[in-house]
Amino acid sequence: MTETLERPLTTGTIELRTDRGWLAVCAPSGLVPGRGVAVLLPDGGQAAVFLDRAGRPYAIGNRDPFTGAYVLSRGLTGSADGRPYVASPLLKQRFDLETGACLDDASVSVPVYETRVAPEAAAAA
Amino acid sequence: MTATPTIVLIGHGMVGQRFLEALADRGMTGDAARVVVLCEEPRPAYDRVQLTSYFSGRTPEDLSLVEADFIEKHGIELRLGDPAETVDRATRTVTARSGFTVQYDQLVLATGSYPFVPPVPGKDSAGCFVYRTIEDLLEIEEYAKNVSSGSVVGGGLLGLEAAGALKGLGLDTHVVEFAPRLMPVQVDDGGGEALRRTIEDMGVTVHTGVGGKEITAGEDGAVTGMELSDGSRIDTDMVIFSAGVRPRDQLARECGLEVGERGGIKVDEQCRTATDPAVFAIGECALAVDGRVYGLVAPGYEMAETAASAIAAQETAGFTGADTSTKLKLLGVDVASFGDAHGNAEGCLDVVYADSRSGVYKKLVIGQDGTLLGGVLVGDAEAYGTLRPLTGSVPPVSPEQLVLPAGAGGPVSIGPSALPDEAVICNCHNVTKGTIRAAVTEHSCGTVPEVKKCTKAGTGCGSCVKALTTLVNDELELNGITVDKGLCGCFPHTRAELYEIVRTLRLTSYEDLLASHGREEAKDGDGCEVCKPAIGSIIASLAPTLGASGYVLDGEQAALQDTNDHFLANLQRNGSYSIVPRIPGGEITPEKLIVIGEVARDFGLYTKITGGQRIDMFGARVDQLPRIWARLVDAGFESGHAYGKALRTVKSCVGQTWCRYGVQDSVRMAIDLELRYRGLRSPHKLKSAVSGCARECAEARGKDFGVIATSNGWNLYVGGNGGADPRHADLLAQDLSDAELVRLIDRFLMFYIRTADRLERTSAWLERIEGGLDHVRDVVVHDSLGLCDELEALMADHVAHYRDEWAETLDDPERLARFVSFVNAPDAPDPSVRFVPERDQMKPDLDLLAGPTLPVRTLEGTVAR
Repeated sequence: MTETLERPLTTGTIELRTDRGWLAVCAPSGLVPGRGVAVLLPDGGQAAVFLDRAGRPYAIGNRDPFTGAYVLSRGLTGSADGRPYVASPLLKQRFDLETGACLDDASVSVPVYETRVAPEAAAAA
Repeated sequence: MTATPTIVLIGHGMVGQRFLEALADRGMTGDAARVVVLCEEPRPAYDRVQLTSYFSGRTPEDLSLVEADFIEKHGIELRLGDPAETVDRATRTVTARSGFTVQYDQLVLATGSYPFVPPVPGKDSAGCFVYRTIEDLLEIEEYAKNVSSGSVVGGGLLGLEAAGALKGLGLDTHVVEFAPRLMPVQVDDGGGEALRRTIEDMGVTVHTGVGGKEITAGEDGAVTGMELSDGSRIDTDMVIFSAGVRPRDQLARECGLEVGERGGIKVDEQCRTATDPAVFAIGECALAVDGRVYGLVAPGYEMAETAASAIAAQETAGFTGADTSTKLKLLGVDVASFGDAHGNAEGCLDVVYADSRSGVYKKLVIGQDGTLLGGVLVGDAEAYGTLRPLTGSVPPVSPEQLVLPAGAGGPVSIGPSALPDEAVICNCHNVTKGTIRAAVTEHSCGTVPEVKKCTKAGTGCGSCVKALTTLVNDELELNGITVDKGLCGCFPHTRAELYEIVRTLRLTSYEDLLASHGREEAKDGDGCEVCKPAIGSIIASLAPTLGASGYVLDGEQAALQDTNDHFLANLQRNGSYSIVPRIPGGEITPEKLIVIGEVARDFGLYTKITGGQRIDMFGARVDQLPRIWARLVDAGFESGHAYGKALRTVKSCVGQTWCRYGVQDSVRMAIDLELRYRGLRSPHKLKSAVSGCARECAEARGKDFGVIATSNGWNLYVGGNGGADPRHADLLAQDLSDAELVRLIDRFLMFYIRTADRLERTSAWLERIEGGLDHVRDVVVHDSLGLCDELEALMADHVAHYRDEWAETLDDPERLARFVSFVNAPDAPDPSVRFVPERDQMKPDLDLLAGPTLPVRTLEGTVAR
């Protein structure tokens, strides 16, 4: 996977793991803690990527299973009992960012993607 | 019993309605009995106690006591405007004015009373009125439009209410009372004097110790003045007689039922007439076994319950007499009397506190053994809720401590918790403290409204609500049910408290607030979706004053906003957004209409007219928003804040400029208000409207703040709402100039923003806050908390710092960067946002979202299905 984005990389690149390997998302500075972004996946699917206050990245599927709309990246994050979650901006169901489980309906969940912050591009240059 | 019995009720006033409810409670309606009601007035039972509130904006519908489906649900035959004319007790037949006849098994007379008009010459002149029914008030209001002064004969309770009404209608007002003091029945000389001073200070002229001798009329037969018994004369254009009431027992007399010497149908303890066991009499028309006629609603209700029990053949304690304690607010003055107010008991002593300067007078009557026997409170009746239930017992603190003002006599506040279980808290519905506690412990009521519904306590005059609230909260706490008033799991404070914290500590960061004031277990967390937007809104409301950025999307603030605020547009069900440009007052030029049409056409948007006189464009993708807004801003539009908890619209009718009925320029005022308050972030959305005349075409009384033109200026109504829980707005102030109106709205809005809960509309807020509308009026009109300067300054800051969020966004490439569907493919549109045609426009393609098969746009840009 080649890095194609022209974004200033301050402390590396956030990547998420798809079945085709690691996918570059953006620099951590491209994310506001507590706010998500949507990512287009190589297979045409969508992921929602978030950063918590401590700077840890999370990625889950972007589709809200309750409405079918691809909007979870636009929800507000929070934490309950020390676990991070995002609340759907449509009907406010909450999803655990680490497991994808819906906190308000045990029978529903969304996919979860592994994430990492790759070392600075400068090191590779 | 061979057939279902027929119960006939004559009179559908407050007591009549309570009787019907009591019958229903006892299963005596529907299939169990035929219930027929004959009512003289053209409308079903209404709250006569609150009659005067009609003049402060309550409609006859607001005053109704009959729940919408009550009559129907219980199969009651209610005949309005059809009074009973004769009763034939031999054949048990009642004949109504229309000729309708009905045979009864049981007959209940609840005919009430009629106003006594003293036999003075000229009493039938045009301009003479009584004060008893809604129809009376309508006539008074109409007549008052064309005159400048009015007099009330009678300085009792109703007389003073009538005087207040005349004053409110802008008339030069006189009160004439034959006794040496006002409210002679309820208060003593000292109390009457305090009352007089306060009422005279309001500009009402009081004449005591004199009677009306003659009413003079002009050639047209209309009142011109009143001669008094001391030889003096009042020039007056209208006269309202309010010299007491008499039991309405004519019908009973005519059918041979025994009445008292001074009127009133004689009844026994079951409220059965002394003459005929098939006939009952309740309320003001009845003469109780203790030889008294009760003109208060509480004893009437008790009689209604008693008669219903007797008819249902249930055990009842019977009605043997009642407490005539009262507490009321007359012309804004609290007046209360309870128990042996005049100290008639042998050897009793008075404890009196009087402060003529502030018009406060308090007297307690104490028995020889220290028992509290009764009292009078004028000007400050705060202690009534505690004192009345204590009557008949020895109070836990010395009597003087009970009447001295706070701070002057030590511990004066003995709360309702000190009362015994038998103490009656709600006098209107005779609800004891024990019953209220049981509502919490046995019927699991967890809130004051639930307890009100369960026990009826606090639903009459409302004077006990404060005590009720304390009792309920105490009881909940005793039962280990903690009333956690915190905003959410992150903060133990209410929204109002957080507002104060942010304001006084000048905190502009959510993180700082969480670290300094969050719950211990939440301090290191990420907050939650409840508190983040709420805090974001508080910081935005205070931004200009705190020196924070007014732009809601800068820095950390960006992470606090709901998606609507984040993208400055409204998220719709398929992930697309809708756009509402501001159209102040609903006024728009043809050129601007064309721009909206062109933009919608060019971007393929679905358009619809909103309820707030604007145009909504649906179906924009996130990445289209900046381009759409560039066109709109270019054409002179700005954000309509349809996405924010902020001012939405100020609707208007065309007003005086075009409409033949209009009396003010409502469009101009609506535009002025909308431009003044645009962008103001608040606990919930704010809607407003301005009507150019009383026909109210702009529906202002359904708004958070509504303005209705009068020939003298503007009336301001607050706390209205449509939606799931509709509420008519209450009149806050009337006949305001432009400047006065704006100043009052400034204060009102800032006080609301300061004290409301998160997502609490003004209607719910007004219902919730202690003291309700009166308190809000005290604060924003009379400046009782000394806050008004600050509230106005806050609003001035808001107005001075307003900037259009969309224009600012378009000017800043960094802010624009967020408007992409995908962070890793900024140019790719979101393939899940698709539309299908409908009625010449388009609608979201929901099939696409429902199925597992998705249209696929790969990173390489090829689309496959």
